[in-house]
Amino acid sequence: MLLSLIKKEFQLEFRQKSSLAGVLVYVIGTIFVSAMCFKAKVDKPTWNALFWVITLFTSVNICGKSFLKESGGQALFNYLHYSPLHFIFAKVLFNMILMLVLSLVTFFFYAFFIRNEVENMSLFLLVLILASTGLGGVLSLMSAISAKASAGFGIMSILSFPVLMPLILVIIRLSKMAVDGIEWAGVSGQLLLILGALNLLTLALSFLLFPYLWRD
Amino acid sequence: MKSAYKSISVLLILYTLVWGLLNAVPRLDILNETIRNVYYHVPVWFAMLFMMALSLIQSLRQLQTGSLLHDAKAANAAVVGLFFSIPGLLTGSLWAKFTWGTWWTFQDPKLNGVAISILIYLAYFILRLSVDDEQKRARISAVYNVFAFVMMNVFIMILPRLTDSLHPGNGGNPAFGKYDLDDNMRLVFYPAVIGWVLFSYWMYEIKNRLTFLQHKLYEN
Repeated sequence: MLLSLIKKEFQLEFRQKSSLAGVLVYVIGTIFVSAMCFKAKVDKPTWNALFWVITLFTSVNICGKSFLKESGGQALFNYLHYSPLHFIFAKVLFNMILMLVLSLVTFFFYAFFIRNEVENMSLFLLVLILASTGLGGVLSLMSAISAKASAGFGIMSILSFPVLMPLILVIIRLSKMAVDGIEWAGVSGQLLLILGALNLLTLALSFLLFPYLWRD
Repeated sequence: MKSAYKSISVLLILYTLVWGLLNAVPRLDILNETIRNVYYHVPVWFAMLFMMALSLIQSLRQLQTGSLLHDAKAANAAVVGLFFSIPGLLTGSLWAKFTWGTWWTFQDPKLNGVAISILIYLAYFILRLSVDDEQKRARISAVYNVFAFVMMNVFIMILPRLTDSLHPGNGGNPAFGKYDLDDNMRLVFYPAVIGWVLFSYWMYEIKNRLTFLQHKLYEN
């Protein structure tokens, strides 16, 4: 049951090529605009902040759509056939993988159009992975809420930005270390631990709270 | 007596307002007399957190029982809590102008935490406004409230401990810490906390009664 749900998510995404291609163009467009605006004159803190702002906006855009398809008859069908835990698990997993791929793509084009400032690449990749899973986890639940509220797309960003702040701040601080080229021995283990714990916390909350959004 | 807490809260607040200005305080660098702000600034934030915790409890009970009563109470508690952020910001800002030399700074994690908490609860109210169906609104906003409360606490409880804060008691700044909140100050500080928390509860009760009356009015 769970596997079929996950498979369905991927099939739907790949069948609708317009949305996936749209995201790619969105990412490239944003990075290109930033590159034009900054004229490649960015120092390290700005480089770091700009990258995460772009990733944040992309992720809200992408994950915000993940529950919009499930409305009306489709929602009833899901409700009758699947358990809410399986359903949210499939959504979260899909969003996490999608975010991971997208943030890697974003990083590639960002490095290509602007510059690659990262000096401790392994740390940066670890932060990228944990950030994608964290963003995917939080935004899945936020997307479910805003889809139920059916108040248009604006509500998604209003709800997500404030609750994403703790995550983003920890990510930015860790990523700054990677950009500055701090060796592994000097990296704050406490921050990494908090980032991991935030991931688990948001996952646990999503699984606990989603069943209440489920029944209509 | 059920309403004894109301008189107690008023008496405690009056006592702390007056005695807070009169009693002796330790002389500390930079802070000097402004240390008295501890009696007026900190208790208000305690009241806000108390209201937000109450809102969380009502939201959890809403999810458990599905009743609209708890939903209304959760929203009322959040309104009162958000209201208490106004005196908290004003007293803090005024104090910061005279000690740090600025009304607001982005360098301090506590200030950022407060700003984000206010944004979170404004988002909560916007979410409530944007759903028309009562049952649906109750459930959705309860889910968001629970999630938001946890994130807010991560922000204001855990993250500030990782970096230095400009706030007294953090980063080597002089303050009422465990060693220099002397007994004299405790005599005012603790009653002030209790007084404002009780006062916030009173406001919450009044708000609840107002909601129920409005509800009855519209039903008939």
